[in-house]
Amino acid sequence: MPSLDDLKKRIKSVKSTQKITKAMKMVAAAKLRKAQESAEKGRPYSQKMQNIILNLTKSINDPQNAPKLLVGTGEDKKYLCVVLTADRGLCGGFNSNICKLAKTNFKKILGEGKELNIITVGSKGHDQIKREYGKYVIKKFSFKDKKNISFNEADEVGKEIISLFNQNKFDKCIIFYNNFKNVITQIPQAQQIIPAETKNLKETNDENFSYEFEPEEDEILEDLLPKNISTQVFKALLENAASEQGSRMTAMDNATRNAGDLVDKLTIDYNRSRQASITKELIEIISGAESL
Amino acid sequence: MSDKFTVEIISPDQTILKQETNEVIIPSFEGQMGILNNHIPLITFLRPGIITIKAESEKKFYVEEGTVEFSNNNLLILTSSSKNLANFDKNKINEMLQKAETSLNTASTDKDRYVASYKFETLKEIS
Repeated sequence: MPSLDDLKKRIKSVKSTQKITKAMKMVAAAKLRKAQESAEKGRPYSQKMQNIILNLTKSINDPQNAPKLLVGTGEDKKYLCVVLTADRGLCGGFNSNICKLAKTNFKKILGEGKELNIITVGSKGHDQIKREYGKYVIKKFSFKDKKNISFNEADEVGKEIISLFNQNKFDKCIIFYNNFKNVITQIPQAQQIIPAETKNLKETNDENFSYEFEPEEDEILEDLLPKNISTQVFKALLENAASEQGSRMTAMDNATRNAGDLVDKLTIDYNRSRQASITKELIEIISGAESL
Repeated sequence: MSDKFTVEIISPDQTILKQETNEVIIPSFEGQMGILNNHIPLITFLRPGIITIKAESEKKFYVEEGTVEFSNNNLLILTSSSKNLANFDKNKINEMLQKAETSLNTASTDKDRYVASYKFETLKEIS
């Protein structure tokens, strides 16, 4: 049985932990609103860009000569996986969920005897992945010192992907990130960005125009596709930022509640042992008085 | 019949502008292009220059690159570098002007030089 003093100390420490988690929750809630807003504001850009690309692809009659970024190299041997995670911990299963999904995919790729390269964005993901797949990691990005994710960061990652592609380092590129559904649900996702997945898009867009192109389709596509890669990365980063805050908020909310429960339990223990010691003293006094 | 159409300028992080307009002049890659309503569907991309939006009041934006789509009387401009000329800082322009000059001098391919020269001239014009 811990002494009264020990219990008192524990209650105090749990209470101060609770204060911290509560503060973190509130900070996360404030940041979440901002991150969610920018994720929502960023959506039109990537959507419209995909629409334009879709319209362009429709007008390409000769898939053999289409840009490689769009149709792929025609091979399926080398994979590049880009894992986007957060730079900070204490956000529930956020980082682990992405890594778990990524690792299942890595296993599958390696199991099929294909070549694997990994780029990590965010230090937490890098820490988790380097344990098992450290030798496949070819580059890591971290935007720890950036307060807000801007397009420049995404562009940096996008340019790296494209330069690797131009060096024929991979045939397919997949990015892993958390899709922000709502505050409590974030869905880890694997999205293939090279070659572009146009199948899903076709269902969403039925309009058909014959466009005038200036300059030629190919030239526009060559200009647009690299931008689209950066845009997709940017979208993933924004979704991730919102998910991270949402996930942290939920995690910290749970932690605060758990701390509250623990304090209640400890207080009961404390009171009980205080009472017990008073009773003990009383008995001693009474039995002392009786023996006189 | 109204002779207006909608113009949208969207950057990766926000929608910068969405309004009705009579005429828009864009610096397309192969030259200035004026767009009125009922233009045929068009996709093109931009070189550095000034987008002019003519409505009741005229608005001007500086852009470095971007993609333009016109369909159904809706002009869509996707760009990551647009700046409203009305609140474009003079010092910033001069700073960019200097950078543009060095990139013009170091451009290696024809395309780079073409883009850099337009960037330089546009900045010079507005500074």
